[in-house]
Amino acid sequence: MKIELDYLTRIEGHGHLIVERDGDKIVNCRLQVVETPRFFEAMLQGRHISDVSTIVARVCGVCSISHTLVSLKTMEKALQIEVPPQAQLLRRLLSYGETAQSHLLHLYFMALPDHLGVPSLFKLLDSKQELVARALRLKRTANRICEVVGGRSIHPVTTCLGGFSARPEASELKKLRQELVATLPDLEATVELFASFEFPAFNRQRNALCLAPENDYPLSSDNLLSSNHERFPVTSHHQRIEEYISPDSTAKLARCEGDCYMVGPQARLRNGQQKLSPMAAKVATALSLEQTTLNPFENLKARLVEVIHCIEEALHCIDELLLRGMGRVVTPNIPSLAGEATAAIEAPRGTLFHSYRFNTQGIIEEANCIIPTAQNLASIEEDFKRLLPQLLDLSAADIQHKLEMLVRAYDPCLSCSTH
Amino acid sequence: MKMKVGLFDFAGCEGCQLTVMNLEDQLLQVLQHIELVEFRELMTETAEQIDIAFVEGSICRPGDRQRLKQIRQRSKVLVALGSCADNGGVNALGSDRTPEVLRQQVYANDLPHLYTETPQPLSAVVKVDYRVPGCPIDGQEFLAILQALLLQQQPELPAFAVCVECKLAEYPCSFDYGQVCLGPVTRAGCRAICIDGGGHCRGCRGLIDNPRTSPYHRILEQHGLTVEEILDQYRTFNVSEKAP
Repeated sequence: MKIELDYLTRIEGHGHLIVERDGDKIVNCRLQVVETPRFFEAMLQGRHISDVSTIVARVCGVCSISHTLVSLKTMEKALQIEVPPQAQLLRRLLSYGETAQSHLLHLYFMALPDHLGVPSLFKLLDSKQELVARALRLKRTANRICEVVGGRSIHPVTTCLGGFSARPEASELKKLRQELVATLPDLEATVELFASFEFPAFNRQRNALCLAPENDYPLSSDNLLSSNHERFPVTSHHQRIEEYISPDSTAKLARCEGDCYMVGPQARLRNGQQKLSPMAAKVATALSLEQTTLNPFENLKARLVEVIHCIEEALHCIDELLLRGMGRVVTPNIPSLAGEATAAIEAPRGTLFHSYRFNTQGIIEEANCIIPTAQNLASIEEDFKRLLPQLLDLSAADIQHKLEMLVRAYDPCLSCSTH
Repeated sequence: MKMKVGLFDFAGCEGCQLTVMNLEDQLLQVLQHIELVEFRELMTETAEQIDIAFVEGSICRPGDRQRLKQIRQRSKVLVALGSCADNGGVNALGSDRTPEVLRQQVYANDLPHLYTETPQPLSAVVKVDYRVPGCPIDGQEFLAILQALLLQQQPELPAFAVCVECKLAEYPCSFDYGQVCLGPVTRAGCRAICIDGGGHCRGCRGLIDNPRTSPYHRILEQHGLTVEEILDQYRTFNVSEKAP
């Protein structure tokens, strides 16, 4: 038996699936990342720091906000620029908007069809009109956060070094707040829907890594935390995390202390569950997401818990912004200093690292990005090896479908991972 | 009969297809008038025949050319979606070096599967009937172009510059902040969204048809800016285009 599936569907980017079996023996099982290298790290060399966040946003359409924000954070760190509290709150709000829209796109349009037995959600336009409309409504509300704060849902236009070049009016934030509250019944219906699905049982011990939950749920700390209870600074990540090249993938893979590891919603939940918003914590309990071993198929549930966390926290962010009163945007002077820094952010799919070195003219000399999906690729392959022996009684079509579901459960962003 | 529409992608960030998805409530209405038959990012279905194919991304490998030609064969109308497909976009930013040099810089390795060529727009490989410019595309402009195609009319892009939209909206001029802006020579249609966001125009929608360069040089001179500064901005999204 040989499965050769070119261009996996309902994932971001281009990947092939290959399985070869000889009787009861699996001789080959690979996820090939065939995305085109675009060489962003090389393209940044020679560019001025004021253009960097605009360029790196284009690494990924789904998580352009995370790339923008981590890029700014890295340069601000190198230049020791303080970001004012209002801008910090707006950035936080922007991150919540992005994670919610990315997760909702995945849950409804990429993953849900598998559970409803259809090739795409668009198949249900007539028979389940309300479901499709709800999916789009929820996505709309999440994207509205990005539009109100970032000026556009993809590739934000209001973000800049030191904070923001434009900010929303208080009236816009109030309107957004109403829209977020109005979305709660739709979220409730979503929880009910996903709670009704059976997920394949496939738990295994794995190292899960994310930014440390310090004052809040993992988002923007300067330290990393692993589920092996190791805490280390983001700046020393290269001592433990190593990127490497595989002949199967145009994306570089990564290992942590020589082993594969997992990043993303499940990792954050595993290490930061105690910092979830109250509503999200309730949903996590209701969906029984409290194990120590992790089943990648249940990433979907973790994603849903995070959507609720993001919406609830977004409400608090807006309240805090309104209470403080919306002040003018302040753009700092950019000092003419050479600099070098690394920073990380929790993007929808996991920890995203950017490192830059630039000269006194502000020209980038070296840049590196470690993408969440690239860090998950080795984990996906390891899962293949463990899961396949359990599937040998199934037909080739069923094996293929299970493996596709497994890959999808990670919500891989392959164009981003190759960049 | 509803028109069959497909969305396809090559090297890019998939942000233009996502902009289509982000039309959300409007998308729901559009789906009453078209049949979405292929869209790998969100659908498993494929189609033999397509009335309108929207294609995102640039062409960098022999396999891309082959796949694009097959899409062209299946489609009555082919539309370039976004700047990567339209003119190579941000992907072409590394064109000042050879792909071998880029590979060494990023991978320090030359394995065969990492092979790419200099990114090209779709029009270098197949006939492109229409285009939706921008990085990312503007959702409302996409709708206007789709509507024209559904009504079998000729879609039209604005022939004037972003500067006009910016002045009409009464945004403060970027040049007054000593900031190079490509608004005077870039095709309108984005409602000057970057200037509204407190930034400046980086020319992601490409040049207007007949950019007038002498007044532009005067503006640069008046504000003590140099042609080199403007070219540096221009290259971000337009390496493969000739500078005005």
